[in-house]
Amino acid sequence: MLNLITYFYSAPFVPGILLADVWHGKHSALEPAGTAASEIATLFWAMAVGAAVIWLSMIVLGVYCFRTHQGMHPPRLPWFIIGGGMAVPSVVLAVLLGFGLSAMPRLVGPAPEGSLRVHVTGEQWWWRVSYEHPQGLDTQRVELANEIHLPVDRAVEFVLDSADVIHSFWIPSLAGKVDTFPGRETRLVVTPTSEGVYQGICAEFCGGAHAWMEFTVVVESPEAFDAWLAEQATPSNTLHDEGATRGRTLFRQQGCGACHSIRGNVARSRVGPDLTHVGSRHSIAAGRLPNDRLSLVRWLRDPKGLKPEALMPSFAMLSDEDLESLAAYLHGLK
Amino acid sequence: MNATFDPHAEHAGHRTHESNQSLWLLVIAPTIWATHFLASYVTAAVYCAKFAPADGSLATVRWAIAGYTIAALIGIAVTAWFGWRRQRYGTPEDVHIDTPLVRHRFLGTATLLLSMLSTVATLYTAMTVIFLGDCS
Repeated sequence: MLNLITYFYSAPFVPGILLADVWHGKHSALEPAGTAASEIATLFWAMAVGAAVIWLSMIVLGVYCFRTHQGMHPPRLPWFIIGGGMAVPSVVLAVLLGFGLSAMPRLVGPAPEGSLRVHVTGEQWWWRVSYEHPQGLDTQRVELANEIHLPVDRAVEFVLDSADVIHSFWIPSLAGKVDTFPGRETRLVVTPTSEGVYQGICAEFCGGAHAWMEFTVVVESPEAFDAWLAEQATPSNTLHDEGATRGRTLFRQQGCGACHSIRGNVARSRVGPDLTHVGSRHSIAAGRLPNDRLSLVRWLRDPKGLKPEALMPSFAMLSDEDLESLAAYLHGLK
Repeated sequence: MNATFDPHAEHAGHRTHESNQSLWLLVIAPTIWATHFLASYVTAAVYCAKFAPADGSLATVRWAIAGYTIAALIGIAVTAWFGWRRQRYGTPEDVHIDTPLVRHRFLGTATLLLSMLSTVATLYTAMTVIFLGDCS
């Protein structure tokens, strides 16, 4: 009984302890860096303060009831019940509902005319990202994977869909989450307000490696963004390193192009992630590993060990030298 | 059985409505709420799909839902009034004894409370179109 009472009184502090752990970081909804995330954070804090006030009131009432002698009924008890049990909750809920509804037009409204549009497709377990071409050539989109760059203080419209099961696209620091469905487009408008590197996640359980379906979001100045997009639109760079040249040969010999695409190389398949500028990304395997040669070797050797049920086949049959050459080639694709 | 309810007949051995265990009065207010909810959403959905202007304005739907809301609140108020009358009927007895009069008064109280709940729920439904001005 004592334990139960202890839990009851300490319960509100447990989420606080957990929150303190995730308060700061690349994907904290409590550190908004976008207009929509700010709206949601404000709503959260209003609800948290309201909930705390209600919880404290209930504790005070509970203590009062325990201390009152049994059989004593204050003369205005019926009005107390009607007021506390009906009127106050109705008013509190009406205020919360009004607060939430008033934020909705700003959260779900359309993007301004001429906004940048980014297409994102959720796949088990990575994100296919494609930008409409800077010169407006819709047939020639700039495709990459698991990394999104955005210009600061500009509205961006995400057009979301899924290739297999339901996923949910969520950048906690920038906006609310939106589900992605096979065969149906959903939309999300994001307006980042602070430059920085943020993390996006899949917020809907989608299978074995759901927890490793992350992506990086880089918010930068419009000038830096334009330069980045122009760079991403170009074919892969020329190689000067001997190991990397050997790695490119191995890439062709081992049939990597059956799944991956590298613009400027013969590989043009769209089964797996586009690797044209994979060396320039912040991480590999949808946030599973940092982007360096050692991690690339680990990934090529044992993808399923690092990411359960990953569709990428293992290349453990290759020698260490071959794997290192492949890693050098991939890491050199800036 | 006397088909007309006579509130003064209880102590003369006549039967109240609750002798027949009629619960219909209880469900009227929640049914009005559910009907208002359904009518509001169907009107908005059909309007947005077929009749909305280019800017997607919900102005026409707002007036329609305002009308539904007034009609629903009047219906709920009338139901609450019937509940209020039943709740105050007769002299209080020991509520732990199951008699037609106790059931009569209890159903009156329950009807009144459900009417209050339905009023709040109907107003919450109507609040949506105050804040959401277009079909998007």
